[in-house]
Amino acid sequence: MDIKAYIILSLALFTIGIVGVLVRRNAIIIFMCVELMLNAVNLLLVAFSKMHAMSGVAKASPYFASDAQVFVFFIMVVAAAEVSVGLAIIVMMYRNVHTVDVNFLNRLKN
Amino acid sequence: MNNIFKLVWLIPVLPLIGFLINGLGRKSLSKSLSGIIGSGVILGSFVLSLLVFFQVKSGNTATIHFFDFIRLENFKIGFDYKIDQLSSLFLLIITGVGFLIHLYSTSYMHDEENMNFAKYFAYLNLFVFSMLLLVMGGNFVIMFIGWEGVGLCSYLLIGYWFRNTDYTDAAKKAFIMNRIGDLGFLLALFWLITKIGSVQYDVIFSAASLAKLSATDITGITMLLFVGATGKSAQIPLYTWLPDAMAGPTPVSALIHAATMVTAGIYMIARSNALFSLAHQTQTVITIVGLATALLAASIAIKQNDIKKVLAYSTVSQLGFMFLALGTGNYVAAVFHVLTHAFFKALMFLGSGSVIHAMGGEQDIRKMGGLHKKMKITSVTFLIGCLAIAGIPGFSGFFSKDEILAGTFAHSPLLYGIALFAALLTAFYMFRLYFVTFTGTFRGTHDQEHHLHESPAAMTFPLIVLAILSIIGGYVGVPEVLGGHHELAGYLSPVVKSAEHHLDHNTEYMLMGLSTILVVISISFAWMKFKNYKVEGEANGLGKVLENKWYVDELYQAAIVNPLKSISAFFNNIIESKVIDGAVNGVGKAVNYSSRQLRWLQSGQVGAYVLLMVIGMLILFFIQLFL
Repeated sequence: MDIKAYIILSLALFTIGIVGVLVRRNAIIIFMCVELMLNAVNLLLVAFSKMHAMSGVAKASPYFASDAQVFVFFIMVVAAAEVSVGLAIIVMMYRNVHTVDVNFLNRLKN
Repeated sequence: MNNIFKLVWLIPVLPLIGFLINGLGRKSLSKSLSGIIGSGVILGSFVLSLLVFFQVKSGNTATIHFFDFIRLENFKIGFDYKIDQLSSLFLLIITGVGFLIHLYSTSYMHDEENMNFAKYFAYLNLFVFSMLLLVMGGNFVIMFIGWEGVGLCSYLLIGYWFRNTDYTDAAKKAFIMNRIGDLGFLLALFWLITKIGSVQYDVIFSAASLAKLSATDITGITMLLFVGATGKSAQIPLYTWLPDAMAGPTPVSALIHAATMVTAGIYMIARSNALFSLAHQTQTVITIVGLATALLAASIAIKQNDIKKVLAYSTVSQLGFMFLALGTGNYVAAVFHVLTHAFFKALMFLGSGSVIHAMGGEQDIRKMGGLHKKMKITSVTFLIGCLAIAGIPGFSGFFSKDEILAGTFAHSPLLYGIALFAALLTAFYMFRLYFVTFTGTFRGTHDQEHHLHESPAAMTFPLIVLAILSIIGGYVGVPEVLGGHHELAGYLSPVVKSAEHHLDHNTEYMLMGLSTILVVISISFAWMKFKNYKVEGEANGLGKVLENKWYVDELYQAAIVNPLKSISAFFNNIIESKVIDGAVNGVGKAVNYSSRQLRWLQSGQVGAYVLLMVIGMLILFFIQLFL
């Protein structure tokens, strides 16, 4: 299959993630959008890895062929850790101010 | 090395010790103690100088090296003393006349407070120390140390009564005028170092070194040295500080502004005679400047009414004569005139001090008159001084002045005529001063008349000694034509080589006769005009111009001081406040303003930050992909 389709899909996902982060004020949705961006990148990594493995370069050293796919697992682990911390922050925020609106917490200004 | 030369270092060190004791202990020393210390150290130096003088006279000279003053890779300036005929003669003048003036000061300054009295002697000792360093130095740098030292001391002593603003202004004027000259001296030194690589007299004046200098170098160096001399020795155009320097106590005027400091320029040029003899343009300039100064100052002195101002202008005028002698290559005559001038000018300054003392501080001769009856010793000694400076045969001034005039005649009869005219003016204004002050009737108040008295012995003793010296001082230089051998010229011949001038004896007799007759006529004219002096009204015409000193001070004020002031005002008001402050404040304001604008970026909105981040990334992508 053509790599282009994967690139366009992941670009679309990434852009949706960015726009979501930019325009939404709900912390949980921003969080989900960040996850979306991470996964867009994961998708791209896997797609390139497969392309790489199919091309002639990897045949010379097959050992490196699945590097990028391993890398994806790392990102997933880090994302999971980040989710636990991030959600904990959001829970604490809700407990304190009874809202998850990020613009509500700009009181450090001034 | 001779034994006495081992003690030579003590000659300047003794006054330095006196300065330190008087300066540091001024709060605890009594007046008599600080007076004894102050005068005693100078007496000690004088005795040593005498011993040195006789050693030198018997033919021993020495350059004594103490330590390296400045040491660079292959350039050394040693702390050297040069003891030769010229410097030992100056040592005698400085310490001898200096001692008499110190002695005189113990009485003259007796009304001062203890502390100020000691301070005065400390300054006086420091001055003598600097002057001794100046003449004993074995190279130009040591001379320059003394040169600056006397400038400093004259500042301190002129401004001694510093509570009076006029006096401190006079002190500043002296200092600044001197600085202008010092710059010339310093530049000449640098020039010499660049070309010859040494400042040592022995090296510079050796034939090998002189051969290294091109004609431009010699003219340039000598002109710059001469600029230095005009500052210190009060020649046109830097002479105006000297008359103002009369603000200091009278003995100071006698010491600094008559006998020693102002002769530093003469000493320097006489010392460098090997250099100056090669620079004909410079010699011409010196001749003209000297003659112009002699004439200008003499004309001003005619109309001055302050007893010290007359003497001050007379000093300037006499210094002009000395420069005239230097310019015509007649170095011995210049040194000779320094010697005799030191005697009679110190005598007259001290005499005027005695008069001022008796008059209770009054310096205006229009308020004196008839003082001869009350102050016989002062009057007679002052008269001797006047006769000496006027050049009456038999008195010291006659021999030295005649030698200068004869040398000038051999050089150019026209210059001789002008110089003779200046000499006649000298006789006229000195006797005007004498007759107005000492003859006629008293014109002051009754209180002053009641207060009139002869000064105490500590003041009259130096007067008498100086009067004797003023008479006999000239006999060291009796010219051949009068049956003498001119011992001074013989004595100085190893150091100072005067240009030979050949006049036959008849011409010399004629010149002497002419000047003597004219001087006597000039004195009689003064006698007729001033024996019964009445206070006149406002002078007008030429008299007014002379009274106002040819408006030279005003000219300097208008031509130099005021433009400088307006330039500084311009720099202060426009450059400083607008340009410099504007730039500094502008940078501050710009930073302030831009940071205030940038502050809006820190909105605290997470969304805004992310947006900026995205925009930044997009820009980077754009650059990466398309540029």
